[in-house]
Amino acid sequence: MLPSSWPMLSLIVWLPIIAGIFVMWFGAGRARFARWFALASSVIVFLISLALLPGFDTHTYAMQFVERVAWIPQFGIHYHLGVDGISLPLLILTTFTTVIVIISAWEVIQEKAHQYLAAFLIMEGMMNGTFAALDAIVFYFFFEGMLIPMFVIIGIWGGPRRVYATIKFFLYTFLGSVFMLIALIYMYFKCGSFSILHMQQMPLTLAEQVLIFLAFFIAFAVKIPMWPVHTWLPDAHVEAPTGGSVILAAIMLKIGGYGFLRFSLPITPDASALLDSMIIAFSLIAIVYIGFVALVQNDMKKLVAYSSISHMGFVTLGMFVIFMIAANPLNVSGSGVRLAIEGAMVQMISHGLISAAMFLSIGVLYDRLHSRDISAYGGVVNTMPWFAAMVVVFAMANVGLPGTSGFVGEFMVILASYKANFWIALLAAFTLIIGASYTLWMVKRVIFGDVQNEGVAKLKDVNKREAWMLGSLVVLIILVGIWPNPLLDLMHATIEHLAQQALTSKL
Amino acid sequence: MPNLTSLNLMPVLPEIILAGMACLILLIDPFMPRHGRNVSYALSLLTLVALFIVTLVQMSPMVRMSFGDMVVNDPMSDIMKLASYVSLAAVLIMSRGYLRDRGMDKGEYYMLALFGLLGMMILISANHLLLIYLGLELMSLSMYALTAFKRDDGRASEAAMKYFVLGALASGLLLYGMSLLYGVTGGQLILTDIATALSHDSGSLALKAAVVLIVVGSIFKLGVAPFHMWLPDVYEGAPTAVTLYLSTAPKVAALAMVIRLLVDGMGNAFADWQPVLIVAVVLSLAIGNIVAIAQTSFKRMLTYSTISHVGFVMLGILAGTDVGYSAALFYTLAYIVMTTGGFGMILLLAKQGYEAESLDDLRGLNDRSPVMAFVFLLLMFSMAGIPFTLGFWAKLAVLQAVVGIGLWWLAVYAVIMSVIGAFYYLRAVKFAYFDSPTDPSPVNPDWNVRGVLALSGLLVLVLGIFPGVLVGFASRAFGGF
Repeated sequence: MLPSSWPMLSLIVWLPIIAGIFVMWFGAGRARFARWFALASSVIVFLISLALLPGFDTHTYAMQFVERVAWIPQFGIHYHLGVDGISLPLLILTTFTTVIVIISAWEVIQEKAHQYLAAFLIMEGMMNGTFAALDAIVFYFFFEGMLIPMFVIIGIWGGPRRVYATIKFFLYTFLGSVFMLIALIYMYFKCGSFSILHMQQMPLTLAEQVLIFLAFFIAFAVKIPMWPVHTWLPDAHVEAPTGGSVILAAIMLKIGGYGFLRFSLPITPDASALLDSMIIAFSLIAIVYIGFVALVQNDMKKLVAYSSISHMGFVTLGMFVIFMIAANPLNVSGSGVRLAIEGAMVQMISHGLISAAMFLSIGVLYDRLHSRDISAYGGVVNTMPWFAAMVVVFAMANVGLPGTSGFVGEFMVILASYKANFWIALLAAFTLIIGASYTLWMVKRVIFGDVQNEGVAKLKDVNKREAWMLGSLVVLIILVGIWPNPLLDLMHATIEHLAQQALTSKL
Repeated sequence: MPNLTSLNLMPVLPEIILAGMACLILLIDPFMPRHGRNVSYALSLLTLVALFIVTLVQMSPMVRMSFGDMVVNDPMSDIMKLASYVSLAAVLIMSRGYLRDRGMDKGEYYMLALFGLLGMMILISANHLLLIYLGLELMSLSMYALTAFKRDDGRASEAAMKYFVLGALASGLLLYGMSLLYGVTGGQLILTDIATALSHDSGSLALKAAVVLIVVGSIFKLGVAPFHMWLPDVYEGAPTAVTLYLSTAPKVAALAMVIRLLVDGMGNAFADWQPVLIVAVVLSLAIGNIVAIAQTSFKRMLTYSTISHVGFVMLGILAGTDVGYSAALFYTLAYIVMTTGGFGMILLLAKQGYEAESLDDLRGLNDRSPVMAFVFLLLMFSMAGIPFTLGFWAKLAVLQAVVGIGLWWLAVYAVIMSVIGAFYYLRAVKFAYFDSPTDPSPVNPDWNVRGVLALSGLLVLVLGIFPGVLVGFASRAFGGF
């Protein structure tokens, strides 16, 4: 156990970045060394992030493990880090996923392996920084900085249309976030500080709130991504190497959702309440329409990418349906609000695990046959029984089968939306049918049936490395599915406070 | 007027040293061996080191007037001069190999470079309209001559001619504006006196005309649109070593001129010159970022990127606050670090008898030299203004200044333009990282070029994470932030 006086969060943020630069510098031509070094540093960072758990007080919403020093006093910027019940689970999800991604690259990435691993380590540090930031500019610094390694990852190790995909990805997200920067600077002049906690308490008129909300909305909606600004995601996912897809789906999309919770709801509660129907409508379109789009995909990665957009619809639905729940006169207990946000959070964690698992499984197949087309497979169960068993677990979790993590979040959100409006809940519940259709249909075509071709006949089952990688995800998905309480306890106090902030008018 | 013996020459000691050394180099250079200008090179660098030390020792937070208020030394001039020395030293070190390979390593290069620097220093410290003009012309004439340095080259001669004609026009406009200002203020030449005189007079048509002409004359050297026409042709036509010089230190001096004239001299006419600058900024950002997309030459692309960067610098000036001026200076210093690296990349990729000016020459840089490719990546992302690099803080500083005076629509416009601009920086990174090399030979092994490039990359990264040092310098110049 590390002493609590250590700057734990700084370690989690900067250790991977320094390790990444080290690997990039000294790993050239020494792929074996680079792999072990990257694995060791990511495991150490994961352990440090786990070490936060025993010291974390779940009874308070206050920020913990806080570090605050002046960074650039002339601009009023402080290096201010801290975690609460929302950011801590996402932080641990990030450090865990990075370990998995580094394992997934082991023999697969041969070309410039050290640069690949370095990009992921640097990326990890930046994502951790985004979740731990309590100063708006520190947040933006990491939020925007992580585009650089991702741009390089998709561009160097991606598929045939990688250049188009990566430039589209970069420009989309960059355009989204610059408006947020202007909004942050504007708020700095209003409240005299870049501290997110101060911004949350600052009074704002409705007109200001609406403009600031829209600036945030563009930034985070592109990142999540919400319909109609989702078009970069299928391209980026299809072209990215396996590790890139995993990080994109498991963590980067969550940063959008996290942004809504950290910025939009507490800073602009009245604008959120005013515009909630717009976001609910977008979320429902994502859940239903994008679900249908996923149904017709022939490319496995594209299918999972669309399924991600659809599942992230639940996250935004859960976050913004709270205003309707609070306004519903039939709902007296008030627990629906908390249920909705907690559901959104659980959905984010769960989707992080499931989408990572799905993309890794596709990666396992792709490494063997070099195709992502559903039609290139068929009857994989005959040659890869262990792999098939694990994929079925992941598919069931993606469908939302009770007993897997996918069920918990979706069920909570549907239940909460029922308290707002029956029709919203009904539309959201459609996902159980659509999601089952596209996921199980893909599983049927890829995994089951007779062996379709010679390639499938020659497949070898997962090796030890892949078994560990996928097996750990199976365990976590089922664990969160049957025993989500530790996770819920972690965020309970914070979400209680957040709900109160979101429902208190600033006018 | 005091007589010569009672004059305090200390405030202009750096200028005196420089002028003396430049003449000395001029004298001894013809007696040196025919090949290799080692002595001139070494003496020039030595001069710069000496100047750096003298200026550093003389630095003080006070405003020091001398020569009957004609010369001013203040924190702004100290910092700008120090930046100019360092920038010129980097240029000289990097150009060494390039000049030698092309038979251009002549003593005149060093001499003209030093006289150009002298002009810049006079400009930076001028508190008098005539002195400003003198400094500007000394600087510009050296630059014209340097552009035409490769005299048998048609492109370079054409560029120099263009530069000279347009530069003369701009000087003419500036002089005309100054003469109007002289009339409006009732015969004042000293900037501080002009400021006093203008506090009584406001809104006369003659003053407005003077303001417009002076703004035009002074932003010409910076290359702010719509007075950017000369920039692409001159930068492309001039030998890369000269382009490197043109695009760095003179920008600091031009910024000094803008600040001296508009802020120190005509600060009371702020309401007159702010709208002019807003128009110039809107045009610069649009032209710099959109036209750059169409370029296939890396050198031209960087030139258009310069137009966009000076647009951002002007954004800080038009805020009209100390915070804004500090932001503009900070942006300029960051710009110099990035541009030294940017044009330095062309020197790195060039070979004997081959100018690597096209974007295609960047192909596969990551395979040829991973370290230099990483430096390139940092420079490009820095120019695009992405965090973890210096360029982000520079953009943040000017945006903060502009939002601070309530012009948030202009800030929104600026960030949209920088997103458009990001595209061509990304495309350049694409060439270096995602394509395979057409020419797999290792890049230029010249350690002078590599060293300065590595240093600029390191600065972009380290100052990108800890920008406080540079921000501190810039804010000390104006007591801003």
